[in-house]
Amino acid sequence: MMNFKLISSSLVALCVFFMAPASAAVKIGMVTTLTTKAGYLGEDIRDGFNLAIEQGGGKLGGIEVELMVEDDGRKPGKGREIAERYIKSDKVKIMTGIVFSNVAMAVVPKVVKDDVFYISPNAGPSALAGKRCHQNYFNAAWQNDNLHEVMGKYVSDAGFKSAYILAPNYPAGKDALAGFKRFYTGNIAGEVYTKLGQSDYAAELANLRAAKPDAVFFFLPGGMGINFLKQYAQAGLNDSIPVFGPAFSFDARLLKAVGDAAVGVINGSQWNHDLDNPANQTFVAAFQQKYGRMPTLYASQGYDTANLIGSALQATGGKPENMTAFRAALQKAEFDSVRGNFRFGNNHHPVQDIYVREVVKDASGIYNKTVQKVFTNHADAYAAECKL
Amino acid sequence: MLLFIEQVLNGLQLGFMLFLLSAGLTLVFGVMNLINLAHGSFYMVGAYVAATVMLATGSFTLALLLALLSAALCGLLVEIIVLRHLYQRDHLDQVLATFGLILFFNETTRMIWGRQPLFMDVPEAFAGSVEILPGVPYPLYRLLIIGIGLLVAGGLYLLISHTRLGMRIRAGASNRSMVAALGVNIRWLYSLVFALGALLAGFAGVMAAPVFAVESGMGESILILTFVVIVIGGIGSVKGALLGALLVGLVDTLGRAFLPDLLQWLFATPTANSIAASLASMAIYLLMAVILAFKPRGLFPA
Repeated sequence: MMNFKLISSSLVALCVFFMAPASAAVKIGMVTTLTTKAGYLGEDIRDGFNLAIEQGGGKLGGIEVELMVEDDGRKPGKGREIAERYIKSDKVKIMTGIVFSNVAMAVVPKVVKDDVFYISPNAGPSALAGKRCHQNYFNAAWQNDNLHEVMGKYVSDAGFKSAYILAPNYPAGKDALAGFKRFYTGNIAGEVYTKLGQSDYAAELANLRAAKPDAVFFFLPGGMGINFLKQYAQAGLNDSIPVFGPAFSFDARLLKAVGDAAVGVINGSQWNHDLDNPANQTFVAAFQQKYGRMPTLYASQGYDTANLIGSALQATGGKPENMTAFRAALQKAEFDSVRGNFRFGNNHHPVQDIYVREVVKDASGIYNKTVQKVFTNHADAYAAECKL
Repeated sequence: MLLFIEQVLNGLQLGFMLFLLSAGLTLVFGVMNLINLAHGSFYMVGAYVAATVMLATGSFTLALLLALLSAALCGLLVEIIVLRHLYQRDHLDQVLATFGLILFFNETTRMIWGRQPLFMDVPEAFAGSVEILPGVPYPLYRLLIIGIGLLVAGGLYLLISHTRLGMRIRAGASNRSMVAALGVNIRWLYSLVFALGALLAGFAGVMAAPVFAVESGMGESILILTFVVIVIGGIGSVKGALLGALLVGLVDTLGRAFLPDLLQWLFATPTANSIAASLASMAIYLLMAVILAFKPRGLFPA
């Protein structure tokens, strides 16, 4: 019996060994968040990425690729574990996917030191853009502060003399308000840090009403933003004090959950579905056709990341091992971004245009309409600290 | 002064919302000696069903009824299938099993409704705000929550102190084997109490759906507060849950509202802001620590 088992299992092993296709596909490891409340962010990044692969017929830049996707559950430790497995057992040379900055900070510095390229489709913590920037790290989305900076600039330019600003009490929240204040020239009527994951904002809203600001800026990602906007409208405040925020609380999926409470809100984004360039029109139509929903900015970032990787694969003939050439090809960013204008700065972060959009409602539903371009060729505030 | 009144109202409203959740939890804890971490899942079920029905039919009454029914039904099923087997086990096993239920319910809602949060609007009749005092407009829906909280508190008081069922519940809480020996079907009583707890949680979910984000995992963020409430109030005491909920609601709201201003007398603005934010999120835990220091078994030990 023992012998039979041994023989049969070795037979199976042999079969597997010989039958495994001698695949030349370039492996890409994606660590992203697919569970927890924030799971839809990773889902959209993955779907956008996959769309680009599908459009190439299983190839990116004419090179066959194999995308491996794993869920980090929003936990830094788990992200690190997956990354190590990708590097050690799968011998991955290209990684991407992380949604949250705290996960990125735990994974990216380690990965890039191991001579693996990491291309971020979302998280852009300031540390990785400044002093701790790395030659193998690229960010294809934005530096975290960018979408807050654009609102600071817009709210000042639109002539709002005082602003009441809110964010959750954690590093990204503080960075957000710092980003807003970097470009806001008016008076800060109140600066409030709320509890992370808070659902009830009645106390903050009452104080806000009493402070009588001209404008409100908030950064409350995910469900917190839904809570805030609903309660803001229910308190009757959106008739008297206009509210502004980064795109994170106004993507196509969240808007459905917020409903009318979001209509009229101006929000900052590097992308919108109505940006007028051929790459974007193709992307939006193909995404809707494949998945039956509007793409979010996260999907656009996943798609751009895939095409960016594709451009470098094409330039190097599918050889990320050839690191100097691959890096140089990434830095050139020779792909058709759905954002139109896109290039990398010295710290491997985007230099791009940033827009403001308005949430509008008509017969087709609630969606974002691009209002105007606020920043042209905008780089982040940390580039100077990076010695690349 | 007007702001203070408004903030007190906000605190009461949060308190009553917490009361709806903690009343059921404390009953289950007190009567059945069962730690149920999955209580927040019934809250989520209530909210999801209400949002779905409201979207499909537009009727808040129907949404409320169906949501209550499904939350109670979920509770009943969970009790019969899972928890019934755990009464004799220690609390750690119960924590493990009910934590598993949280994951089960969260993933199930994701499978049924997807990852996208649902939308539910305030029912037409309660939209808008009223001026409770000149210059203080207050959302009508939040007043409704306070009213409903009061009604439920009254109803539970009548049920527990003045009905035969309530008598059995109280008896079950103090000595379950004696109650069983006297011929009360304790199994049936437990199932009923558990379903009642789930129904109340579902009720809280329906009331919360128009105000909060209806999303998978929404139960956990409020569950911790609920546990704080029942620990402060005294485990098993509905009266304690009411008082505890109002205390937690008021301390949390007033802390968030006024700590930054108070601290500005002491520190420069940026320091005051960041200390206030940390202190405000700690306030209820400080409250709990202080109360437990003087009353280790809560305000109204059962």
